[in-house]
Order: sequence, then structure tokens, then C-alpha cells
Amino acid sequence: MTKGEVSGVIANMVTISVDGPVSQGEICYIETGGDRLMSEVIKVVGTDAYVQVFESTRGLKVGAPVEFTGHMLEIQLGPGMLSKNYDGLQNDLDKMEGVFLKRGQYTDPLDNDREWDFTPIAKVGDEVEASAWLAEVIENSQKLKIMVPFQMEGKAKVKSIKPAGKYKCRDIVAVLEKEDGTEVNVDMVQHWPVKFAMTNYKEKPRPFKLLETGVRTIDTFNPIVEGGTGFIPGPFGTGKTVLQHAISKQAEADIVIIAACGERANEVVEIFTEFPELVDPHTGRKLMERTIIIANTSNMPVAAREASVYTAMTMAEYYRSMGLRVLLMADSTSRWAQALREMSNRMEELPGPDAFPMDLGALISNFYGRAGYVYLNNGAVGSITFIGTVSPAGGNLKEPVTENTKKVARCFYGLEQDRADKKRYPAVNPIDSYSKYLEYPEFADYIAKKINDKWIPKVLDLKTRMQRGKEIAEQINILGDDGVPVDYHVVFWKSEVIDFVILQQDAFDDVDAVTSLERQEEILNLVTTICNKDFKFNDFLEVVDFFKKLINLCKQMNYCVFKSDEYNGFVKQINEMINSK
Amino acid sequence: MSTAFQKVYTKISQITKATCSLKAKGVGYDELATINGKLAQVVKIAGEDVTLQVFEGTGGISTNAEVTFLGKSPSLKVSDQLAGRFFNAYGNPIDGGPEIEGKEVEIGGPSVNPVRRRQPSELIATGIAGIDLNNTLVSGQKIPFFADPDQPFNEVMAMVALRAKADKIILGGMGMTNDDYYFFKNTFSNAGALDRIIAFMNTTEDPAVERLLIPDMALTAAEYFAVEKHEQVLVLLTDMTSYAESLSIVSNRMDQIPSKDSMPGSLYSDLAKIYEKAVQFPESVGGGSITIIAVTTLNGGDITHAVPDNTGYITEGQLFLRRDSDIGKVIVDPFRSLSRLKQLVSGKKTRKDHSQVMNAAIRLYSDAANAKTKLENGFDLTDYDNRCLEFAKEYANKLLAIDVNLDTTEMLDVTWGLFVKYFKIEEVNIKKEFTDIYWK
Repeated sequence: MTKGEVSGVIANMVTISVDGPVSQGEICYIETGGDRLMSEVIKVVGTDAYVQVFESTRGLKVGAPVEFTGHMLEIQLGPGMLSKNYDGLQNDLDKMEGVFLKRGQYTDPLDNDREWDFTPIAKVGDEVEASAWLAEVIENSQKLKIMVPFQMEGKAKVKSIKPAGKYKCRDIVAVLEKEDGTEVNVDMVQHWPVKFAMTNYKEKPRPFKLLETGVRTIDTFNPIVEGGTGFIPGPFGTGKTVLQHAISKQAEADIVIIAACGERANEVVEIFTEFPELVDPHTGRKLMERTIIIANTSNMPVAAREASVYTAMTMAEYYRSMGLRVLLMADSTSRWAQALREMSNRMEELPGPDAFPMDLGALISNFYGRAGYVYLNNGAVGSITFIGTVSPAGGNLKEPVTENTKKVARCFYGLEQDRADKKRYPAVNPIDSYSKYLEYPEFADYIAKKINDKWIPKVLDLKTRMQRGKEIAEQINILGDDGVPVDYHVVFWKSEVIDFVILQQDAFDDVDAVTSLERQEEILNLVTTICNKDFKFNDFLEVVDFFKKLINLCKQMNYCVFKSDEYNGFVKQINEMINSK
Repeated sequence: MSTAFQKVYTKISQITKATCSLKAKGVGYDELATINGKLAQVVKIAGEDVTLQVFEGTGGISTNAEVTFLGKSPSLKVSDQLAGRFFNAYGNPIDGGPEIEGKEVEIGGPSVNPVRRRQPSELIATGIAGIDLNNTLVSGQKIPFFADPDQPFNEVMAMVALRAKADKIILGGMGMTNDDYYFFKNTFSNAGALDRIIAFMNTTEDPAVERLLIPDMALTAAEYFAVEKHEQVLVLLTDMTSYAESLSIVSNRMDQIPSKDSMPGSLYSDLAKIYEKAVQFPESVGGGSITIIAVTTLNGGDITHAVPDNTGYITEGQLFLRRDSDIGKVIVDPFRSLSRLKQLVSGKKTRKDHSQVMNAAIRLYSDAANAKTKLENGFDLTDYDNRCLEFAKEYANKLLAIDVNLDTTEMLDVTWGLFVKYFKIEEVNIKKEFTDIYWK
């Protein structure tokens, strides 16, 4: 392997003079004071390799020896990853010693001694290619597949496969024989370079299946689909994290991967404190069992921040290859972009807009492009739904990360300062936000079958009413309460009903936090009834009074357990009130 | 440490306002050096060319100045002797007392493994309703005051520090005026709290670049008391905007391409490294904690500037002070202030109706703001508008003003009292479960 020695240091960018070939993106280790610092090649000039070090470079001296590994940044994929807390380079954080993260400490992402219940799927003599399913193991009740090595080229025949039983992840469980007679030993572990997309599927059609999140402003108003993409931009303090946590708790997915990318450590702590206690509303099992956390918090080394989102995406692709529905959340992609900016700056590249690197847009779109709903080669389906948050500087959406993300993500959940100030949570702006999936005929067909064909027209009608309500609110502001007809007030207050009853949701209330699709349908129907009713009022004070009471009743209803006596009681009162005017 | 054969270099090849460059061998990144006795730090190594950042500026340094490398990064000697003492940015005493004896620790050390943290859950009571009721603080939290330079943030911070039951209060002063320095010293001394105080001071009279050491010094001391002594430590950092300005000075001198507002592109990471030192340790490692309360001064209330903006994304909320012209007092602004960790304690460590009461009161206060706009635009007010305005005045006076000192249950009772006085039950939109008990 190529060796080298350090010839220069600026923060975490190190120059190395090398004695042999090096490749772009290759991983090397720098030795200093007994520590081995993992680094990645980001530029080569002659015999100088420029690397970004994933650790602190304090005390690093010129002349320090460097060893290259011959491979790019890759991670190990196998059973044993669920419920783990990893750092951005896939070190198992629980295996690390001490309170503080020690420099140069790398831990095994998988548990070599753990035994797995193994059941073969393939038989001797079966013809297989890369990623084909050979066997099944069960982890946290999830059926995981053991697959033909992703990198294997061409076809092979199964020469032998272990019978059902208990095996460890590095045991050879199958032997394949390629056409040229060479043998391939298969264990349960795959390796994959994180910067490359896995394309081991047959087709990636347009996604169409609703992904239930239990969040009304998403499911009812701007739905996201299995294999869809969305992003949540918002100034600080508008509830990005709360919304993201709500989605990751409630979404109907088999696997949830949370990449905490350059965010607060306490937010990660919240996840691994609460998720082991919380129950998955769809399966009744503990949430942590389906969750993987990739934590590169804001105080961890910057270069590993970039790696963390790729690590998370690669894991998601691994589970998708097994035909599972994966939800990937990255908070926040802006921090990733900033990590790119810091490095580009140190390399003295000519900057693009806001000093970000010129290829930022390409990197973002390639990354979002790795999500999707796929048909695997064996006919099964799998999906990666990706939702990223964006932290726009100064809350101004006209900045490179937001603009570039908007081009690729199909759902836009814009969080708004004004709504947050008024405690109208979730602060998703009902008018600017959108879901492109509402326009997909595939999605309309699916919804017509799953719920009914009136659903989407009703939603679109409410959206128009929200828009109208906003326009009228502006007019009332200019002309005064008495300056507009009473009808205007009715239209405005109907939009308030939509806002208070459907869009606003209390993420910290046990009942209101999650709304089942069935319940969302009832609410949608109720609100539609209110909106379509032709109320008669004498003056605007009567309007205000009536709707405030009505909204209060609806909110009380939202706090009650669905179909409980209390709930039914409120529904009855609401209907009486609607019919009284 | 290779201090036995300290080689002295006397040939400086380049001098800028903040940096010196020379040829030297065997130098480590981040290492300290002295240039004619002035402290400097290695910021760039390219082969044999080493660039040093000189903390107090390069004025007076000649090309034949004596450069000695110290073989270590900036460090602080930690022990119980730190308590009650005042230091400069290098950790040297400025109170005339003796040098500290103790273990020498490099400042800016590694971060805590996230899985070794515990979720913060202990309420910090300040008596100020604008904080305790609306934006409850939790130990292990990091939160700044966003304030204009003329607002009494140092006074509020000192009050909070004294009322919070912290074992140690560590003050990091950056670009602080001498007057404010004495304000803190006298306030803590009058309160009889001087033995709990440790201060690291960079005043406006000291070189600006030295400030860059202050937060790491303060937090290294904090980590000693929180990790080794299992204490509850409160760190006060004022003012982080001065800190950021020093960062921009250095990056500018290093010819880095500035990003927004002339700040370095790494501003977010630089600030995060400091704030993320706030931590709550689990009982298994002693249960100590570090809570950071900082000040970020604003220019004319502009929170979109890079410093407050990046800070807001890092910290767990922010507190805004504002002068309320209706009552003539400074209040904690309920709209723009936020404590992200409040839901970990409100309704859990406080009475169950806490969050509903808080939200309802703020919503009504916001209705009052709308009514005020209507009034200013010359429109007639409804009865509800008038009641909101009256409510807002009393709410600001009895609860939001910074001179309030109540316990949380009293704050809730006062708020319920105002609800009943001014509103009908359906106007407050609170769960029936609570109105049944408290609507009297």
C-alpha cells in the first residue's frame, strides 16, 4: 500500500507527500502521538495528497507517517445495526470508552459474537447475482435478508448454504460458484463505499403510496409518499426538530434512520432516552427497535459531518435492498453544506454563492436522488423516504441550500416564524408549503382506493379556503372589522377553523400528537361540513363569538381518545352548534 | 513534552498585524510559542514554514525576535484552588493571589460522547416569570440572551446566576467594559457568593484576539468541577458577539474567504464547539452538569446577522429582553424568547397545567398585540380587544417584568386569576381537565 508523510497542516486539512499511487476519496490513517487519525483524500497535486482529517489535528507535526488503505470511505452492513447509536463514520458510540470521545478511537459497528437465527431462502444450485436474497435472519422482529455480496460481478450458482440454525455475522453461511469456477464465500456482512449510490434494483417508478405520519398538516394537507422526498426549511425556533421527531416516531416505516448532522447533542439524547420507552403506533413494538441513530453532533469533527449523511443513506439503501420501507431523516442538511464550505474554503477553491462550493447543487440533487420507491430484481418492493431539514441563514429562503433543495425535493414544509410566534404549531405555512404528490395521478388512484375519491378534492378545496382566508385577513387589517361585509368575516373564520382543527396539532399531548388516517378523515369531513354550511349572522361580533366557541369544542374533541364517550359527546355538541345557525 | 532542549529561533520571515511566519522544525499544530515573551499559537504549517497567531498583536515584534515553542497547546491548571479567583485569558491570576497548583489540562478538549449524556430534566428556578413560566431553564441547557447593548442583560444574568442553585458560577468575560467587570465582582461579593465564583476576564482594555481563549478556559474549569467533583456548574459567557468579532479578525488576517456578514465560514462550528460543552451527566458518572447562559449582543435587534443566527441554531432557545412602553419596565419578550428544553420540565417538575396556561396566556397576549395594531391604525376596538389590552398590561406587569420574583405555582395561580378576570372560559382554549380545577 502507498505510504506518505505529513508536509503541512491547516486546521483539519493536511497535506501529505506520498510515495505511490493514491485515489480520490481514498482513506488513510495519520499516526501521531500513538493515535491513528482517519482521513480522506480530497485533492491530489503531483505527489501531494490533500486530505481532510476526521479528527482534531492538535499536535500533528510535519513528518508524521501516513498509511493509505486502498479503499474509499466504506461502511459495514449486516444484522445488529438496529437500535444502535453510531457516529458519522459508523463507530458504535456505546462501545467507546470514557465520558469523552477519544481521538483515534474506532469501534466495531457490528457485534461479532452475537448469534442470529438463520433461515436459508436460496437452495443449492440456484442461480444468483449481486444482492439476491440468500437467507433471512431476524433482528428485533424485523426479517432481514442475507444477500449476495453487492460487488459481485456476473452470475453465480449457490454451491452450498448452511441449514437453519444460529450463526454469527462473520460466519461463512454460503459458498457461491461463479461461471469461471471461482468460489465466493458469503458471510452476513456487506461492505459499501458510502459516496456511491446502490443501484441494485430493477426499476424506480414514481412513488404513489401514502406514508402515514399521523401529522395532520402533512397527511391531510401535503402528504408524503413511501419513497418520496421532502424538506423542512425554517428559521431557528420554529419547531423543525419537534416536527422531525414527530414524523420519525409516528411514520409507518419498517426502519427509521435518523442522521443528526451537525445538530445539538441533547436532541440525540432525547431520541435515545425516549424511543426505548415509546411504542410504534403501527406494530406495538418499542420504537428504538426499528431506529438507527447516526450522531455527528455539532461539536464533533466537521469532516465526519459530511460522511454522516452518506453513512445514513447507505444504510437506508441496504435495508431497501431487503424490500423494507425505510424512512431517513437528516437534520440538518445545511450543516452538511457548511462542512463542505469550510473545506472548500481551506482548499482555496473559488467560491460560489454565499461562499458555498460551486457543485453544491449537484451534490444535493444526487443525494436526494438516492431516495425512492423501487422494484427489486426479485419483484419485491422497497423504499427510502427522505426528509431533510434546512436551516436557512437568517430564516431567509433565498439562500443556496434551500434553493438547491427546492429543485429536487417533492414536498416542501416551510416553517414560518410568524406562526411559531403565535404558537400555531406545527408552524408549517399552509399556503406556501406543497406536496407535488397531490398532483400525481398514481397517488390520486391510490388514495381513491385506500380512502375514497372525494378526499383529494376536499383537501384542495380547504387549501383554496386557506388562501382566501389569508387575503381577507389582510383586507380586514386595512379596512377594519366594520369596513368589510359580515360574509368576509365568515370566510376568514372558516379558514381559522381549518387552521385550528386540522393544521394545528399538539405534539406534546398524548392523544393529539398522532392522528390515525381514519380519524383524519372524520376531521376532514367535519371541517368540510363547517366550511360548506351557509351560516347566517347579524354582525361580525356574532361571527367571532360563534366560531371561537366552535373552535374550542373542536379542539377539546381533538384532545379526546377517538370514539370515546367524551369524543362522541363533543362531536354531538359540534353538530348541534353547526345546525343552530 | 519536549521542553528540555528548547530551541530558540530568531529569524522571522513575515509579519502581518496578527501573525508571524518563520522556518521551524518539529512543530505541532495548535502548539503555543512565545515571541519576545508574547504568547502565540501555531495556525498553519506548510513544510518548514510555520505561521503563528500572536494573541496580543504583532506590534513591536522585529524580524530577529526570539521565538520559542512550548510543546503544548493552551492549557489551564485545574484544582479546587480555582474557586473564588479571577484570571486573565491565559489563566493567570489577576486578583493578586497566588498561582494555582493543579493538574495541567489542555483547553478545548474533546467532546462528550453523546451516549454518555443524560437528558436534562432538572428545573433551574430563577423567580422571573418571563423565564420560569414561559421559557423554563433546565440544567445542562445552553441559552443566550439576545439583547441590544443598552439592555440590562448583565444585571439579569447576575440575578439568574445568584438565584439558580449552582455549586460554581464561572464567568467568561469577553470584551467586557471595566465597569461591568466591577459590577459582577461587586454583585457576587455583596451576595456572599464570591467563593463560588471563578472568572476569566478579557476586558475592552485587553487585546481582542486574546478573547478567543476565554470560553475554552471557562469551560475547561467547568468540566473539572462537573466531571471530577460532580458539581452543578453554571457558566456565564458575555459577550459572544465580541468573541465572534475576534474570530473574524483572525480569519481575515489569514486571508480566508468570508461568508455572511464578514464572519468566517466556520462560525457555526466554532460557536457549536463552545455551546455544546453544556451537558448533564448521568448518575453513573457523578451527575454533574454544565449549564451555559450567554449573551449575544445585537445590532438594532437584528437577529438575522450571522452571529445571532448561527447561535440560534446551536443553543437551546434564546431569551429576548424588551422595554415594554405600556408599563415602563423591561420584560422578557414572550414572543421571541424560547426555551427548547422547557417541555422536559413543564408539567413534569411543575404543575400539570403549566404548558397549557403558558400557551394560552401568550396567545391572548398576541391578540392584545393585534388589538394594539388595530388601535394604532385608527379602527374601533371590540370588547374582546379591550379586554385583551387590559389583560396584556397586567400580565406584563405581574409576570413578564424582570423584577418579578415568584415560584412557579404562584405564577400559574396569578395567570389563572387574570384569565378569570378578563375572559370567558371558551376564550382561553384550555383543556377542560384544567379549567374544571382552576377556573374559579
